Order: sequence, then C-alpha cells, then structure tokens
Amino acid sequence: MLSIKNLHASVEDKEILKGINLEIKAGEVHAIMGPNGAGKSTLSSIIAGNENYTVSEGEILLEGKDISELAPEERAHKGVFLSFQYPVEIPGVSVTNFIKTAINEKRKANGQAEMPANEMLKLIREKSELLEMDRKFLSRSLNEGFSGGEKKRNEIFQMAMLEPKIAILDETDSGLDIDALRIVANGVNKLKNENNAVLVITHYQRLLDYIIPDFVHVLMDGKIVKSGGKELAYELEEKGYDWIKSELN
Amino acid sequence: MDLKEKLVSSFMAFEEQIDVNASLHDVRTSAIKNFETKGFPTKKEEAWKYTSLNAILKNDYSVFPKHENAIEFAAVKKYFLHEIDTYKVIFVDGKFSSFLSATTHDGIDVCLMSSALTKPKYKMIIDSYFNKIASQEESLTTLNTAFASEGAYINIPKSKVVEKPIEIIYFSTGKENALMVQPRNLVVVGENAHVQIIERHQSLNENPVLTNSVTEIFAQKRAIVDYYKIQNDVQSANLIDNTYISQKQESRVSVHTFSFGGNITRNNLNFYHFGERIDSTLKGITIIGDKQHVDHFTLVNHAMPNCESHQNYKTIIADSATGVFNGKIYVEKEAQKTDAFQQNNNLLIGDKATINAKPQLEIFADDVKCSHGCTIGQLDESAMFYMQQRGIPKKEAKALLMYAFSNEVIESIKIPELKQRITKIIATKLGVNLGFDL
Repeated sequence: MLSIKNLHASVEDKEILKGINLEIKAGEVHAIMGPNGAGKSTLSSIIAGNENYTVSEGEILLEGKDISELAPEERAHKGVFLSFQYPVEIPGVSVTNFIKTAINEKRKANGQAEMPANEMLKLIREKSELLEMDRKFLSRSLNEGFSGGEKKRNEIFQMAMLEPKIAILDETDSGLDIDALRIVANGVNKLKNENNAVLVITHYQRLLDYIIPDFVHVLMDGKIVKSGGKELAYELEEKGYDWIKSELN
Repeated sequence: MDLKEKLVSSFMAFEEQIDVNASLHDVRTSAIKNFETKGFPTKKEEAWKYTSLNAILKNDYSVFPKHENAIEFAAVKKYFLHEIDTYKVIFVDGKFSSFLSATTHDGIDVCLMSSALTKPKYKMIIDSYFNKIASQEESLTTLNTAFASEGAYINIPKSKVVEKPIEIIYFSTGKENALMVQPRNLVVVGENAHVQIIERHQSLNENPVLTNSVTEIFAQKRAIVDYYKIQNDVQSANLIDNTYISQKQESRVSVHTFSFGGNITRNNLNFYHFGERIDSTLKGITIIGDKQHVDHFTLVNHAMPNCESHQNYKTIIADSATGVFNGKIYVEKEAQKTDAFQQNNNLLIGDKATINAKPQLEIFADDVKCSHGCTIGQLDESAMFYMQQRGIPKKEAKALLMYAFSNEVIESIKIPELKQRITKIIATKLGVNLGFDL
C-alpha cells in the first residue's frame, strides 16, 4: 500500500529524516514510536505533502506509484489521509460544509460527479453515529471552540467520510480522555479493512492498547532504529527510549 | 480648466437652475468659498497622507449630466436585495429614478432630498438637521454641500420600527465619458425608532465615475440605526464617502462597510456623541486586488460619559493593491467610563500588497477603558496545508481561509439575505464556487 524508500528530508538545510525505509501492506496497522524531536511528525507531514520540507532523496510510493512530487490535495485525492495533531479552526465554515467540499473535490479529481445530497446526508449520519457525535456538532464552525477531544473525534469523522487508503494518525491520542480515546480508537478499528492501512504515530503506548498494531517501529534521530511486533511498544513503555539508545551504542 | 475651477465656476449656474430657498443659499455660498480656498485634499495633509486623488481628478468629468438616462430593471436587478421587499430610493446618473424606486410617505418619509429641500412641509426638518453635523471645514464635504441637491431623504418619526430595509442605490450608466456625482443623504431617526438602510454605488460600464457623497445621520434617544454600505463597484469607479453621525442618549448606530470594488475608495466615517450610554459600532470588510485602493478613515468622538464604541475592520489585500486604516478615537475630558474598542486585522497576499494602519487614540478622561489591536499577517500556511490535506485545492483553501478571517464581521450583519449576498460577493471576488453558500 505505502512504501517509503531511503527517504531523506530537511527543513531549512537541517536534515531531519536520514534514510527512512517503511513498507506498509494493505490490511496492516503500523505504529511509529519515538522520543520528542525524532522526526515522527515530520515523517507524517512529508507523506501528506507538506511543502515546507525538502525531500532530497528517496521515494514515497502509494500502490506502487511515486507520489512524492504531488501537491497535498492530489495525494489526498489518491487516498492519503493525515489526522492532525493540531487541527485548524475555520470560523464560519461548518463541519458539514467542510466535509462536503472535501468529498466533492476528491470526487471531482477522480472524475466522479458530486455526491447526491441525500446520499451525503446518509453518510454523514452514519459516520457521525460511529464516532458518537452530537448532531449539533455538525453545524458548528470547523474546530472553532472544540475541545481537544472534539477536534480529534472530528478528524476521525473526516477520515471515516473520506475513506482513505492510508490513514496516518499523528499523535491522535494527545489531549484525549479515556472515553474519547476509546471512541476514536473504536472508529478507527471499524474503518480498518483488508483494503486500507493505518499508520499510528505516537509517543506513548496508550493508544496502542486500543488500536493494536501489527508492527511497531522506533524512530530516533531521523532513522528507524528498531522494528518489531506489538510487544515492542510495551517494552518501550517499560524501559523508555534510553534503553534503545544504549542498545544501539 | 481643472476640476476645481470647473466646479467653482459652475456654482452660480447651478444655483440658478435649482429652486432653492434663501437660507440654503447662504449655506451653499459659504461652502463653495471654503472649497475654493482649500481645494481638493493632497497628500501633504496628514489625513490624506496615504491617498492621492491626483490621478482621478484629471478626468474631464461632467458635473451636471446632460441627459436623463433610463435603465431597465432587469439589467440592474442583481444589484438590489431582490429576495426581500424593500423601500427603494434609486438614482441614475445623479437623477432620481421614480421607475426603479419604491418610496413612501406612509407614516415615515422615504423619498428625495430634492423634494425635502424645496417643499415647505419639510422645512422644519431641513432647518434643524441639514448640514448640522457634516463638517463645515473639510473641503470635500463642503464641496458636496455647495452642490447638494439630490439624494435620499429619510425621516422616521418617534417609536416607528420600519418593517423593511431601505435601499439607496446610485447607478451610473456611463453615457457620459466621465461623470462626477455628489449625492447628499439625510437620515433622521426619531426616539425609539428603528431603521435598516443599505447604500450602494454602482457603475454600469467602464467610464470613469467620481462620487463625492455626504450622508448625515441623526439618531435620537434610544433610536437604532443599522447602516450597510456595499462598495463593489467596477474598477473605473471612485468613491469618496463622507458619513457623519450624530447620536443622542442611549441610541445605537452601526455602520458596516463592505469594500470589494472600485479604483479609489475613501471612507470618512465620523461618529459624534451627544448623550450618555450611546453605543456606536463600526465594522468593515475590505477585499481588494489589482491596483485598487481603499482608505478607511474613522473617527469616534466620545464627548459624554458611559458610552461605548466597537470597531472591527478586516482587510485582505492582494496583488499591488493598497489599504489604509486610520482609526481615531477621541475621548473628551467629560467622557468618563468610556469603553472604546478598536480592532484592525490585515492579511497581505503577495509581496506587493500594502497596508498603512494607524490607530490613533487621544484620551483626555482618566477613567476609561480604551483598547486597540492591529495585526498584519499572511495566510496561515499550516491552515492551508490542513485544508489541502483534506483534498481542497489551493485556490479554494485560500478562499475559505479569507472567508474565515472576515467571518466575525459577516456574522454581525443583521439582515439574513444581505449576509447571504455579501458572502456570495466574497465568493465571486475570490473566484471560487465551493458548492455551498459559504
């Protein structure tokens, strides 16, 4: 589904990613863990096409096709979704109108007609129920005055609506209380199937109790230094990142 | 002959052709003298430092249109708030169009300045209010006063709540090669009365137009006035809008100015307080590009205790356009417990866009709350990335962000159909169709 080969990236001449290799197959859940400043958020931003970073080497393939030259919206149209750590507030644009625009832009890019209004409404109802969202929530301005938990829930709602091929969850657990965490994780689990994949980026193991990864990778200083199964997450939780550092030395 | 000479020398001929009473003759004569002495303002004057009229004064304007020009409703329907019923006072090339208008004398007067200035039954109001709050010093205002003959006359008696909005529209047909018009509006709103007014100036082709408009608004005790100015004219149109507002005790007056079009637009908006517990609101959205120039010059004169003023101007400037915001709050010694707030947020899109922002607070009372905030920024890149990540292309994402930026002011429009219209104008201005009415 997503394969990253020897990815080097920098911002303002500072190299942040120093040769990342990652292979995510359809139906898999991968987790990337690592200490602060390791490059986790940079990696997710770069996969989604953030133009503030310069990719100096390597490639990002989605279903075998290089997407590293595409604009963020083109990647989105092809099925890349990034759940933001800090979603942006847009006063005056309701959740419903925003997601309608997003869906129809994607359809337009893929040569499809706009989604009929009744179909859209049905989909919105279905997905908002999945995320246990209040109907009133949908007519509020996007993220404006939302609590941390509401923002994250709204991200996963948008993900559910857009049905991406690869969903990247960047620190989705931060700012979530345990109930919100459960709802968000439950939403992700229900959306996961054999045709899509999930990449969870997190500092803590907590979210991985709810979204069980098939593989866990440790990102440190711009490189993946260790990979393993879900037990690696527990080991990290217990021993901390210093343990890996000392193991590497 | 330059424009100033042309105007001064045509003054006598003008006075002869209109039927004016003697008291106005003196007002006009002293006004034209003031203009003759001062002339058009230049950049040497502090108040005009950032706006030059030189280029637009070079056109050979007709100062009195030669013909009465008619236009079909169908051709101009889109400029009306046609979704709802309104009173209409409409002018074509400076002349009243009875065909396009819907005036009334039923309990309220919504009609013409030319009748008000000449008919005896309006004399008392004219004597009490005409030219009473407008500046006797400012040259462009006195120029307007000298030639004041036509415009909207609105008199809302005590306790009358006007059920539908009043639209005042000035059309220019472009049948003259270049046209100068000087509308004069008078709005008197009685105690406890309430009125909503929408004013618009619209050229119908690309021939240059210079409008020098003066509006006087008098809000009596507890009166409520909501005034909306739509400035979305073609790029050969120039507008100097001089609005003077006199407020009595507990009155509430709001003026929204939407500046999207035109070549040079200058808004002189002046609020004067003559009572306590007054509320004044000044809001604006400016979205301009190309080489457009919009200058907001506001004054709130807090002269009495316990009054509030709220200013909020949002400006988005693209290309080589220039914006000016000069907001003056003057708090007199007597005006204790004043609560004056001013906010001015500016977005610059592109390297050549310019904003000159100048908040000016002069406070002579010692127990007041005055605050101002001015920001100049660019489009938030992380917000752009967020929207693009959701599949929204750059252009549409930009438009959504700009809309969000101005949303606070849009939300305060009290006429829903007008709110919808303004958002549509914004969407058109930004060149996007988002599939929903923003």
